[in-house]
Amino acid sequence: MEKTHPLPDERGHFGLYGGVFVPETLIPAIEELRKAYAAARKNPAFRQELDTMLTAYAGRPTPLTFCERLTAALGGPKIYLKREDLCHTGAHKINNTIGQILLARRMGKTRIIAETGAGQHGVATATVCARFGLQCIVYMGEEDIERQHLNVLRMQLLGADVRSVSSGSRTLKDATNEAIRDWVTNVRDTFYIIGSVVGPHPYPMMVRDFHRVIGDETRWQLQGVEGRPAPDAAVACVGGGSNAIGLFYAFLRDPHVQLYGVEAAGEGLNGRHAATLTKGSPGILHGTMSYLLQDEEGQVQLAHSISAGLDYPGVGPEHAWLRDTGRVHYASATDAQAIEGVKLLSKTEGVIPALETAHAIGWLPNGIRGMARNEVVVVNCSGRGDKDMGTIAKHL
Amino acid sequence: MQRLQERLAGCIQRREKAMGLFMTSGFPGPESTLPILREMDRGGADFIELGMPFSDPLAEGLPIQRSSERALQAGVRMKDTFNTADAFCAKSNTPLLLMGYANPINRYGISAFCRDARNAGVEGLILADVPLEEHLPFASEAAASSLGLVRLIAPNTPDERIREIDKATTAFVYAVSITGLTGSGLGAIEQVEAYLRRARDMVRTHPLLAGFGIGTHKDAVRLSHHTDGFIVGSALIEKVETLWNDGSKPTKTLYEEIRRFARALKEGDKTVEQEKA
Repeated sequence: MEKTHPLPDERGHFGLYGGVFVPETLIPAIEELRKAYAAARKNPAFRQELDTMLTAYAGRPTPLTFCERLTAALGGPKIYLKREDLCHTGAHKINNTIGQILLARRMGKTRIIAETGAGQHGVATATVCARFGLQCIVYMGEEDIERQHLNVLRMQLLGADVRSVSSGSRTLKDATNEAIRDWVTNVRDTFYIIGSVVGPHPYPMMVRDFHRVIGDETRWQLQGVEGRPAPDAAVACVGGGSNAIGLFYAFLRDPHVQLYGVEAAGEGLNGRHAATLTKGSPGILHGTMSYLLQDEEGQVQLAHSISAGLDYPGVGPEHAWLRDTGRVHYASATDAQAIEGVKLLSKTEGVIPALETAHAIGWLPNGIRGMARNEVVVVNCSGRGDKDMGTIAKHL
Repeated sequence: MQRLQERLAGCIQRREKAMGLFMTSGFPGPESTLPILREMDRGGADFIELGMPFSDPLAEGLPIQRSSERALQAGVRMKDTFNTADAFCAKSNTPLLLMGYANPINRYGISAFCRDARNAGVEGLILADVPLEEHLPFASEAAASSLGLVRLIAPNTPDERIREIDKATTAFVYAVSITGLTGSGLGAIEQVEAYLRRARDMVRTHPLLAGFGIGTHKDAVRLSHHTDGFIVGSALIEKVETLWNDGSKPTKTLYEEIRRFARALKEGDKTVEQEKA
């Protein structure tokens, strides 16, 4: 897993962002993880184990699907979907949970904890825990438990203990607080599988490395169908930013590839939203310095999105850096645009995307305006929409 | 930071265990914090920790979480915390420290924050989520404003790192008694004592105080056996919560009970002991 750009630095910083803002109790655990991951990263046996799990269990490589009817409907560039929705458990999240559980096993950890918003990361964690027979505890906000009930049932069926979090926002932010508190309390035997490119170093780097397979596959797949490895534009939704970094990472060094991260604009950027990079400011939350939705006093504000997976007031530190450097353009799509995105992709391509993914789809009609018909756009279809049918049904 | 150093040195010289008491700013209400701090002072606190409420206090157990939430709901702001500190420090020689999380300070501006804290009479800072790895901007601004920076250690901190932390602190070393949150139970006390003995061997330059999980005089005696003193937070928050939520007692009595509670933490419950005798 060689690096394609030299960040983060040794101390886990992406420019101003990243770092390890955690209580002292977690420092030995983070140090242990940092060393274990640095060793695993260089170990061919680990790489082999990971590749085998990704192909034989998770279903990789995922297809790159040309969207003929969507392309025609939008009348612009050729649109391809990177089909992470076809991964085992229905989203890209499993790429990372496989990587982390293999690491946890190498480290001899027996107790796995995770936070979840939409439940996709929780399901992906519960899945690999079942596969390896490890105890699994998932923290989930009360509100998310209601709106993503199907995923709660899946986690329970997989043997996970789903713990409802009723503090603060009752969504992903507070589920993450509770997971960190659990980690502080059970630091010796517990491995915390963080679900996005957030948290203290080395998580943002490690989670990115486990997801970069998305972009790496896209390169050779695109080479096969278009005769060139890089598209003209790559698009992904951004909550914490794991699926986006997974796709973008392979193209960061191709300056002609336009990269678009689509955040959740909720009810609109002047109302309740979750567009951290668009409307937030630098701050420190959950162990890292990044952009944050916060008030003048540095109190973290509640995010809002129709999609539980994007309903988070922070974002990965590497995205903060990519925003400031201008390498990635961050845009946003509203709840209503996301619903339109679900309908559009379902009707034109027979693919029902997750509400998170639907933000990237919903952004397309405006976002690709001005692009030529011979240009190529790859959209990361990060997850499937089955889990969201309850929410989607209210808007049909 | 001089007053804090002198106070702790005085305690050590007199072979007395120093007692630090924590209260959340703006709790149980914006007007109540200052009189509570004064009662804590009268009850024998050697220093006061005034908590700056944060929306996501991830090292805190439920009592301090609840107190922060309540304070924020009541609209407490950083300037209110400075005003409380200022009013307290104007009338007491007992050193006051601010305790909290990095983000509100970062938002305020680290330099401006340290300056305003100093102007309010604050002696030092305790930052729950700023380990050595990230402490540089905070440490240099604190030093520039003559604020002491307390550093924490935990039971799983390796020896070498404890020594490093002892060197890096400019106030005292705060030994978190357990791998856990504020307000947790102490668990197997022999383990806690073994850790504190180890910490005592490593911390040679600065005073060493134990905190987290101390709720009674008995806990305080046991945990300060190997240290220079102890810190109580959650137990005091719970005491305030119980008293204020009850609502049946006159305000004056409530404040008196805080003073009595503080004194009992430090000296034991003399009345109970006398009755027994």
